[in-house]
Amino acid sequence: MTRLYWEDFVAGTVAEYGPRAVSREEIIAFAAEFDPQPMHMDEEFARSTMLGGLAASGWHTCAIGMRLIVDGFMGDSDSLGSPGIDEVRWLRPVRPGDRLTLRRTILETRPLKSRPGWGLVRFRFELINQAGEKVMIQENVNLFGRRSSRQ
Amino acid sequence: MKYLEDIAVGEKTELGRHTFTAEEIKSFAQRFDPQPFHVDEQAGACSHFGGLVASGWHSAATCIRLLVERRLRQEEATRSRGEPVGRTGPSPGFRDLKWLKPVRPGDTISYASEVIETRRLESRPDKGLVFALNTGTNQAGEVVISLVTCLFVDRRPG
Repeated sequence: MTRLYWEDFVAGTVAEYGPRAVSREEIIAFAAEFDPQPMHMDEEFARSTMLGGLAASGWHTCAIGMRLIVDGFMGDSDSLGSPGIDEVRWLRPVRPGDRLTLRRTILETRPLKSRPGWGLVRFRFELINQAGEKVMIQENVNLFGRRSSRQ
Repeated sequence: MKYLEDIAVGEKTELGRHTFTAEEIKSFAQRFDPQPFHVDEQAGACSHFGGLVASGWHSAATCIRLLVERRLRQEEATRSRGEPVGRTGPSPGFRDLKWLKPVRPGDTISYASEVIETRRLESRPDKGLVFALNTGTNQAGEVVISLVTCLFVDRRPG
């Protein structure tokens, strides 16, 4: 078992996870549940919008990104959760049939002064489609337990 | 929705509220964020959260649902008066999403939205951007989530 602790995240390193395919059915189902705008549910309507065709809710794209993060490495880590997301930019529409790869860049790591045994990692996550185009950029902090305090 | 010119900074709307059940917290997390403290009561109890907590993406997506439902209702009302409806959306992104407190099973979160900035676009004379600060407050009056959303909105034609 390769459980990851804060010490295992090294600033400057890049890793990729996935890809994961996105289906028309799940785009429509997510939108019906959380973002019921016609541009995410109705192909013909979507063609008349800035999206130019049916596209996933950006929140669905974020949720898919989170699933790739958990399956890729966070599920095997001593994750203590995240205080939030600094910024997300949705750069291109995510279409039915797209295959998304997650690229993780570690921007910064430091111990938390306020919580001994905890450490902070600042990530940039990019989702990249099968054509190599970035569809989303996200920057956020996640907190992890430190190996020194857990073993 | 109204046109960009009709939207005033400081405009505040109550969006409604949602009570999170353990079942839906786990269902969302099993699909999108299967960390132990989001999918299993026992694992949550052993974590620093001290119990099952909702994925932050779940409490954010719930805010979005209430925002969108309010807008669709407004558009329907405008249409039924025979008035033109400006196009709203999509969104180029969001910023400053803060998960300030955990959301636990049984918590009722009341969401609100306040317009904080409107901006014309040099590159698209027919569109502008509207920024809103959205918050979710639990039954104890604690703000549990806040985020700044951003939407493309049509400018009034002519």
